Amino acid sequence: MSTVIPTPKKPWQPTALDKLEDFLLVVAAFGVAGASVKFTGLDGKIGFFFSLFFSLLLLNYGFHYYKRGTAAAKDSLLQVFTVMAIVITCIPIASIVGTVVIKGYKGIHWGILTNDMALNSVNDPVAQGGLGHALVGTIIMVGLALIISFPIGVLTALYLTEIRGPLARPIRFLVQAMSGVPSIVAGLFILSSLVYPVTQQLSGLMGSLALTILMIPTIARTAEEMLLLIPNELREAGVALGGTQWRTVAGVVLPAAKSGLVTAIILGIARIIGETAPLLLVSGGGDALNVNPTQGAMGSLPYYIWKSFLTGGTPEAFARAWGGMLVLLSFIFILFGLARYLSGRKVA
Amino acid sequence: MSNSTGFNDNERDENKMKTAQTTPTSLSSVASARTLSQPGTALLGTGLETRSVHAWFGKKHVLSDVTLDFAAGTVTALIGPSGCGKSTFIRTLNRMHEFIPTAAMAGEVLLDGKDIYAPGTDVTKIRLRVGMVFQKPNPFPSMTIGENVLSGLKLAQIKKSNTDELLESCLTRAGLWNEVKDRLGEHGGSLSGGQQQRLCIARSLAVEPQVLLMDEPCSALDPGSTFRIEETIAELAKSMTIVIVTHNMQQAARVSDYTAFFLSDGGPGEMIEAAPTSRIFSSPQDKRTEDYVTGRFG
Repeated sequence: MSTVIPTPKKPWQPTALDKLEDFLLVVAAFGVAGASVKFTGLDGKIGFFFSLFFSLLLLNYGFHYYKRGTAAAKDSLLQVFTVMAIVITCIPIASIVGTVVIKGYKGIHWGILTNDMALNSVNDPVAQGGLGHALVGTIIMVGLALIISFPIGVLTALYLTEIRGPLARPIRFLVQAMSGVPSIVAGLFILSSLVYPVTQQLSGLMGSLALTILMIPTIARTAEEMLLLIPNELREAGVALGGTQWRTVAGVVLPAAKSGLVTAIILGIARIIGETAPLLLVSGGGDALNVNPTQGAMGSLPYYIWKSFLTGGTPEAFARAWGGMLVLLSFIFILFGLARYLSGRKVA
Repeated sequence: MSNSTGFNDNERDENKMKTAQTTPTSLSSVASARTLSQPGTALLGTGLETRSVHAWFGKKHVLSDVTLDFAAGTVTALIGPSGCGKSTFIRTLNRMHEFIPTAAMAGEVLLDGKDIYAPGTDVTKIRLRVGMVFQKPNPFPSMTIGENVLSGLKLAQIKKSNTDELLESCLTRAGLWNEVKDRLGEHGGSLSGGQQQRLCIARSLAVEPQVLLMDEPCSALDPGSTFRIEETIAELAKSMTIVIVTHNMQQAARVSDYTAFFLSDGGPGEMIEAAPTSRIFSSPQDKRTEDYVTGRFG
């Protein structure tokens, strides 16, 4: 005797008719929006967008009210709002990435990553020179800043969440206030406290110190949030096994927060990798490859972009700038993808 | 594997009845009588004793004047309604109480005759000797099953040469070895709730405590897992002193040699009565104990 096994179904999903209705509603909204732009005072893309938004709201509300009553109508309103919010969020991102790719690929050529600008001006043909020096400078300065800020930031977060000392409240306030420091102020601080009185020359190290000031609050705050998510039971279990507080934090709490700490690193890098102003002040803008962070001006990608835009003025210079942006953007994507992959790999 | 479970209660009860006859009043005298009658338990130390333990959270007095002895090699159940101070009391026994910032206490807790709250005592050493299993299974998420069992060695920085043997013996004693021996490299989170709790028991065994505190170890588990844990407790009781907080009176009756009943009448929790388990359930001295164990309140 064999049981007939039925085909798996998903009766809770929208039917074809539901989908058609939703599609027709959107088409109708586009129609209304188009008509209102054509026949009323509304004009241009913004006018179209606004009338599209309101007609979607009205049509959805009316249709679902007619079909299933007030509760369903309100539900559909919220859906329209969330979808619109996603669209509004995505438009600038898509526009930026799209523009950078479309305009930037013209500035890409063989050797862009290996050549520097020591013997070229920004107005030279795009195929000459490159941004190798800028990429190396960015990697060195961001890397140094990360090496300095990560331990300081995480230790600060540990003070706030694990030790919870008497200074926790003022320090938390200070860290929050520091995350609002304008980047140029960080640059000026290093310039006046270290560059003029001590080193008396621009260097990559000074640049990374300025970036460190910007990076520590981001890492400390993110790490604090992540450590607060670790359940207290794990700390109790570690201590109950005879671990000291330090062994428990190092052996249990930090490993449990690993992917959160990677997020802290990503947000920290994201905070500083595009910074131009402090680097202009303290690391200068080298045009030649310089791998020694303690001596001499060091280039960086944001500086390369800034210089190509402002000092050139020719189509070649603009192509160079867009190419630099494409390289910077791709670099960030690769870095973040790698970090996510490495942090998520071992967790089940 | 242990076949001795709640089922060998008869034997235990007989034992208890005998001692109960000779020493009718206080648990401490009963306990010591029983200890003396069992040769070999001296290896386990002389057990754990509390002297007038009080506990506070902030200004709130939550536990008042508990004097109770846990003889080496016995299982003692702490029962009572929610909020009566059982969990607070058990956490004073290995100094986990102070982990809560507002906590305060008074009195003495003697481990082998020495006060664990005496100035200069190394708290991590105390917690090594008095292990703890918590209400919710809490395996370390970043570690594999094997690493979880041995984590205590790493945390307390104990050097052990033959960790494979220790791993197997801890998991065997916790009744988990057969289920996980082929998946020691998997993460602890991949186990079921009951298995996770036995993993936590195995973890606390690895540092070889002489006392094991269990704070409602089965309250988050299904009956099958609860049964397995009770088997494990019966097995462990041969080699260590166990104190278990439980809401389940049948469980207390099944696993324990002695039972202490706690109650709070709105004020701080107090210990009402402590006696051999069979006597607490058959002929309690205090009316309130009788009302509680017969299910009239609680």
